[in-house]
Amino acid sequence: MQQKETTASVFKYVDWFTVILYIILVTLGMVSIYAASYDFDHANMLSFAEFSGKQFRWIGLSLGLGLVILLIDVRVYENYAYVIYVGLLLLLLVTIFVAPDTKGSHSWLVFGPMSLQPAEFGKFATALCLAKLFSSYNFSLNASKKNYALALMIIFLPVLLIIGQNETGSALVYLSLFFVLYREGMSGLVLLAALCAVVFFVVEVKFTGSLLLGIPIGQAAVFIMIMLLIVAMLALYCKDMVAARNVLLWFIGSGVVVTALTIAGLEIPGLIFFLSVIAIALIYCILLMFKTKAKPLLVTVCAAVVSIAFIFSVNYTFTSVLKEHQQMRIKVSLGIEDDPQGAGYNVNQSKIAVGSGGMWGKGFLNGTQTKLKYVPEQHTDFIFCTIGEEEGFVGSTTVLVLFVILILRILALAERQPTVFGRVYAYCVASYLIFHIAINIGMVIGLCPVIGIPLPFFSYGGSSLWGFTFLLFILLRIDASRRERSF
Amino acid sequence: MRKDYNLAKRQYVIGGFIVIIAIIYVIRLFGLQVMEAKYKDFADSNAFLRKAVYPSRGIIYDRDGRLVVFNQPAYDVMVIPRDIKDFDTIDFCNAVNITPEDLVKRMADMRDKRRNPGWSPYSPQKLLTHLSAEEYGRLQEKLYRFPGFYIQKRILREYNYKCASNVLGNIREVAPADMEKDPYYMRGDYMGDIGVEHTYERFLRGVKGTEVLMRDALGRIQGRYEEGALDREAVAGKNIKLSLNIELQQYAESLMVNKKGAVVAIEPSTGEVLCLVTAPTYDPTLLVGRDRGNNYNKMMGDLDKPLLNRAIQATYPPGSTFKPTQGLIFLQEGIITPSTPYPCYHGFVLGRLKVGCHGHGSPLPLKPALQTSCNAYFCWGLKNMIDKKSKYGTSAKAFDIWKHHMISQGYGYKLGIDLPGEYRGFIPNVEFYNKRYGDGHWSATTIISIAIGQGEILATPLQIANLSATIANRGHYITPHVVKEIQDTVVPGEYLERHDTSIDRKWYEQVAEGMRMAVTGGTCRVANLPDIEVCGKTGTAQNPHGRDHSAFMGFAPYHEPKIAVAVYVENAGFGATFGVPIGSLVMEKYLRGYIPPERKYLEERMLQSNTIQYAGTKKH
Repeated sequence: MQQKETTASVFKYVDWFTVILYIILVTLGMVSIYAASYDFDHANMLSFAEFSGKQFRWIGLSLGLGLVILLIDVRVYENYAYVIYVGLLLLLLVTIFVAPDTKGSHSWLVFGPMSLQPAEFGKFATALCLAKLFSSYNFSLNASKKNYALALMIIFLPVLLIIGQNETGSALVYLSLFFVLYREGMSGLVLLAALCAVVFFVVEVKFTGSLLLGIPIGQAAVFIMIMLLIVAMLALYCKDMVAARNVLLWFIGSGVVVTALTIAGLEIPGLIFFLSVIAIALIYCILLMFKTKAKPLLVTVCAAVVSIAFIFSVNYTFTSVLKEHQQMRIKVSLGIEDDPQGAGYNVNQSKIAVGSGGMWGKGFLNGTQTKLKYVPEQHTDFIFCTIGEEEGFVGSTTVLVLFVILILRILALAERQPTVFGRVYAYCVASYLIFHIAINIGMVIGLCPVIGIPLPFFSYGGSSLWGFTFLLFILLRIDASRRERSF
Repeated sequence: MRKDYNLAKRQYVIGGFIVIIAIIYVIRLFGLQVMEAKYKDFADSNAFLRKAVYPSRGIIYDRDGRLVVFNQPAYDVMVIPRDIKDFDTIDFCNAVNITPEDLVKRMADMRDKRRNPGWSPYSPQKLLTHLSAEEYGRLQEKLYRFPGFYIQKRILREYNYKCASNVLGNIREVAPADMEKDPYYMRGDYMGDIGVEHTYERFLRGVKGTEVLMRDALGRIQGRYEEGALDREAVAGKNIKLSLNIELQQYAESLMVNKKGAVVAIEPSTGEVLCLVTAPTYDPTLLVGRDRGNNYNKMMGDLDKPLLNRAIQATYPPGSTFKPTQGLIFLQEGIITPSTPYPCYHGFVLGRLKVGCHGHGSPLPLKPALQTSCNAYFCWGLKNMIDKKSKYGTSAKAFDIWKHHMISQGYGYKLGIDLPGEYRGFIPNVEFYNKRYGDGHWSATTIISIAIGQGEILATPLQIANLSATIANRGHYITPHVVKEIQDTVVPGEYLERHDTSIDRKWYEQVAEGMRMAVTGGTCRVANLPDIEVCGKTGTAQNPHGRDHSAFMGFAPYHEPKIAVAVYVENAGFGATFGVPIGSLVMEKYLRGYIPPERKYLEERMLQSNTIQYAGTKKH
């Protein structure tokens, strides 16, 4: 059924729930910016001399922009996806060379009094391009390696260019698109591997204090987790309960023996113990594989081997690949190093600001920590501090819940799309939001390393706000015409 | 439309992921905000006031132990705006001698972010500066009535002699850039600006201390936190002894009144600078206290540039004071012997090229050439050197060697005096001439004017004085410096090291004798004192800024010299009219301690004359 699309129908079918959520979030954002940069004598929220006034102007422009996006024919986004993508790539490339040096990064284009960060606009372009790719005729991610390569290329080209601008934080955001690949058929093992890598890394780097069987306790814990991983994969992925039981019994048995020997006073070299116990389990799996020809067993063995290799590479990666300030940020967020005057300063101050908010907060404009300018970047990356301090646990939880509702709503919109294009695009939007929110709030409350990315709709700045407005309103536009396109 | 319902289930994994993250974050927020109490305490930083304790800044003495710069306490009224409660404004204003309108204006200025970029209602702001001791006493007594206000003691400089501003420098409030460079500084701190105050800041400033005080909810100070267990004592700055003779400095400055230029005197045996005068100059007290900013801006706008330290920052054509260096090079290179005569027919004439000279006998060898300051002699010398293909192969090679001799005599590069902002002057090199005239398209005649210290050659008065010291030492110098001793520390090694020039000592005797002859019977006769054997060389430098500059370079006594001077007076005409009198008076004052009555007329003439009026005017 093809019905003629009118302006009225767009406004009839646009998802007002999301629009209202958007308006609530940007309004709260402006109020927070006002609070973050407030001082007694210049108390005018809408004055253009203040950050909040400037943000108000950005919000006004955003709403106009949103309206324009809704009025444009939906096919424009689909048909020009590649053009928009290539255009943005060129812009990102040009930016590296023409952008002035701001604290070492070259990511801001300056036009007179205004400056824009093209990386923020790369997000919706990449999303459109990825959606376009997946919606091409008979495209399936798993159909050929070439398809994978194309999808990865679309994701990594902007990543490389943004790293070229020395904005590693903004580049990492694009990695969230792996969620989209997962939704479109990428093996869940990739996400599992990423999760394992993060957990192993954190456990091994964080717990180095005491020793177990002569090796750091963190490393021992990672070995035990690898054992559990092998058992879990055998049971859930290979669906071979017998093998799982046998391996589990072998692990428990050898564990009991070692414990007994240690109590008896023998010194067991931990590294040799863990490696040999796991090796024997893997040999058992390989023998089993020759018998059953089950491919998942091979995957399990590989996963175990890679995990062990990972253990040994963590130290090298951490000390040799990461830069010193990056190491420091990770150590601070893991609570290994307490450096309240140096690398940990921001996080420490932001924790104090959030923590001093209490249950109900100090009240609007009554925060002292943020006003004293203890927290740097308080109106941009650390805006969540102000909410935490002035609105307390209740306020910050409310904001967090609003974000979760928005993301779940977008996921729901995604699944109701009749076209692959719409669905993939919607997942891209959701993925970006998940990454931004998880990292930004995580860093403010000291759970993630400090990665300089803004809190969507809240952080001060036109580029970020416009970037997310583009993302969201194009989604709303696609969603508004879902009916005419379902056949 | 294909829809894989198996894959559709994956929305729950992704949705579940963000929900789990959110739950973890909510738990963490609960922990931070509701369970933990310590963050509240941290945030209550109002309870403590960290007050900086400023150490006394190092005192500055002159070489004979005369007190030159010392400290006076100054009191600033600081205020933490958020802690201000209603107070009796009239009472406050009476205590510190200001009108209520003035107070209102000061409060407004303090809040004006353009005037006070560091404004924050929560941190200490400066309301009033430099209270007198009496005002301080009155306010201190009543301070308990004014919550939010406190008094910060600071150190200001006071000067015993109203001179040597260019050497001493001054102190100013730190700028944001300074705080970025060195985290030691905090807003409102003072640091040395220009001069010794800047170079030796590290020693002079000492180490700040802190006092941790407790305050009640009204912001009133309740005493020291933990009996001062966390306090840190301030460490006083180190005292410094200058190499200047402050009275000589003062005398030389008075001679330079109403003139533009510089006087530098050095003790040849040590490289210690005895006086370093720039003119016009200013009273150092102008840059202390409440009016510092106004006075500074006024001087910045002054067309006579009193803030320019001409002794080390002005680069002048050295004129004939350059000739001794040329004689030395020609002797060293074997271009001339002490008895080689060159002709002078009222100048150096070669084809169409002519460098004029004045009346004296001809031909003449080196010493009389120095005595009479013969231009032709040195032009011939340079021509014979640069064109001596038999020895050097090319003009470029010869010039290169010439340049190295010049650098070894302290020209062309900064000497490295312990004052900021020294200029290097200019000695051209082969590349410079190749670029200007083209490879191989220049010869001795193209560059002949450098032989008499004109052309491209530029030097600072300090470099000219250093040349004088080098000749006084017969072939070496010690990097000139203005600081003789630092309390508890040794003077940096570079100020003790001896630099030998590339010229043999024996040739220096020739030049020194020529300079002696210039005083006894040549261009410097005004400097001929009955009982002190002065050596000297005048300079009259043509320049594009009007009348010739008057210069003098000399030392005394002839044997075992105690002082070497350079005088440079802009647009003052012949070297003999201003350079020689001022130079000889400075040497005499230093060596004798007084000016004898028969030379008082000369002193009077220098004190009275005004040459600043000739700046920019053409000829006489």
